[in-house]
Amino acid sequence: MMELAQQVGATAAAVDWHAIAPELVLAATACIVLVADLFLPDDAKWLAMPLSAAGIIGTLAAIVSLIGAGNRLTLAGAFEVDGFALLFKGVFCVLGLLILAISFHYFRVGRYYQGEYYFLMLCSLLGGVVMSSARDLVTIFIAIELISIPGFIMAGLRKGDAKSNEAALKFFLFGVLSSAVMLYGMSLAYGATGELLLEGIRAKLTAADEPLIVLSVFFIVVGFAFKISAVPFHFWAPDTYEGSPSPVAAFLSTISKIGGFVGLIVLMFRAFPDVADTWRPIFALLAILTMTVGNMIALRQTHIIRLLAYSGIAQSGYVLVALALIEPGATASNEQAFQSAVIYLAIYGIMDAGAFAAAVAFARRGGSYFIEDYSGLWQRSPVLATLLAGFLISLAGTPPMAGFWAKVFVFLAAIEAQSYLLAIVMGLNAVVAAWYYLAVVKKMFFEKAELAEPVEVPAVLRVAMGLAAAALVAVFVYPRLVTELAERSLF
Amino acid sequence: MSVAPGFYLVLAGLMFAIGVVGVLVRRNAIVIFMFVELMLNAVNLIFVTFARQQGTVDGQVLVFFVLVVAAAEVVVGLGIISLIFRYRVSSNVDEINLLKR
Repeated sequence: MMELAQQVGATAAAVDWHAIAPELVLAATACIVLVADLFLPDDAKWLAMPLSAAGIIGTLAAIVSLIGAGNRLTLAGAFEVDGFALLFKGVFCVLGLLILAISFHYFRVGRYYQGEYYFLMLCSLLGGVVMSSARDLVTIFIAIELISIPGFIMAGLRKGDAKSNEAALKFFLFGVLSSAVMLYGMSLAYGATGELLLEGIRAKLTAADEPLIVLSVFFIVVGFAFKISAVPFHFWAPDTYEGSPSPVAAFLSTISKIGGFVGLIVLMFRAFPDVADTWRPIFALLAILTMTVGNMIALRQTHIIRLLAYSGIAQSGYVLVALALIEPGATASNEQAFQSAVIYLAIYGIMDAGAFAAAVAFARRGGSYFIEDYSGLWQRSPVLATLLAGFLISLAGTPPMAGFWAKVFVFLAAIEAQSYLLAIVMGLNAVVAAWYYLAVVKKMFFEKAELAEPVEVPAVLRVAMGLAAAALVAVFVYPRLVTELAERSLF
Repeated sequence: MSVAPGFYLVLAGLMFAIGVVGVLVRRNAIVIFMFVELMLNAVNLIFVTFARQQGTVDGQVLVFFVLVVAAAEVVVGLGIISLIFRYRVSSNVDEINLLKR
């Protein structure tokens, strides 16, 4: 083995332990939660949640300690800590805390396998945190699998429920199929360049490789398109979201999806930007299809989780627009596209998790997931109605919520790159989307309630939703909060 | 004795294509999953071939990761499929249609 290592010139690389501290803390927390669950009596299993929350806060502390420490490259160049990585590690951890808040009462009251759930959720979150720093094909592959595989189990956590089983099976089959397709694309990129590091792939790409690289990018994009539920690879998403426990649906729709996008952004901006002319049309087509089909089907939904699923598909389309704007050599407009994608993902995560939180809060204790039953919520629970309305308005992209800026920045980036077709399609879609989001808001505020009793919302969930909504308003008032972060995350 | 790398790549391409067709055509969840495994092995063959051709070990290292991840997928996947089988005594994906399409 040593001889082989010498032959290829490999040396054992020194590990920068500080750079991987967030991952270490999160991994340790996951292990502690799993072991602690063994020893906790049945009525104290819920302690796994505060334990997980403490671990995520510890991870956030480790991330904060890395701010301002400059770019760090470790594990032989496969793992980089830069502004982009730190921003998304932070986003994942904040979303992780939100999902924990959504999960707490759901799993405690529902008598699910609480310890196992929190362990799996932390593992999947770890995948997202690793993905932010992944700078070679192996790490990207491992990170995306680390996000997905615990997700398959979480989707089927309600073992006695046939719908949950079905959700898990669909997610699993589509998930493994997409990894295989993605790997095939990666193998072609490796064949063309002989490199696994993204920088290396970019440096060694030559015009002669073009046919192979086009195929490679095509397969990689198809693989990721499943993960981010882009049309026409979206079939699993609504079924899986509906069938799986709702906090898991929130997880899949935010952390899992953003994880896929982070991988896609890193690949497209770090490895393949110089051949963007060949693959930009793939993204343009995907973006147009995803926005339009997602919104059209969302118009007909009567179930709030399915509405959020289809609208989440459409939201993926807006981010894909940003990816369809990359041009070789056009630094200024590329940077703008990059920043708009980063801002969109960060804001999308918070508003989508918030909407799921409100749906879960409404559905507990005999409430339902059907949009019919939301009528007159304003009279029953003004706070919950206002919060849900806030999240939906943000998703629709109307002021006074942060979702407005998310859409505006992508739109401006499209104008800047002179992709007027994409800008027009995006604008039309935003109008269609506003229709079904605001229909729910109208139901809550202007229709009569059939029931009178207020919907009781647990304190954890109330605080989480309040903070998320406050953050969205704050970003709307002062967009510099996110644009500053996006500028620092430029590669 | 050596075979030109091109033949391995064609073989791998065929294996991958058979895998894709199998996934699309077969209806039994376990068989679909087996075809996905075939696709993964086609990818492994490509990585090893290119690694050999270029004289680097990176590709071979990736194959080990793919193998480990595939093993993890088998564990989770068979767990889910056996759970479904326990309730329905069938693993035909066409009969698993409770959720609206």
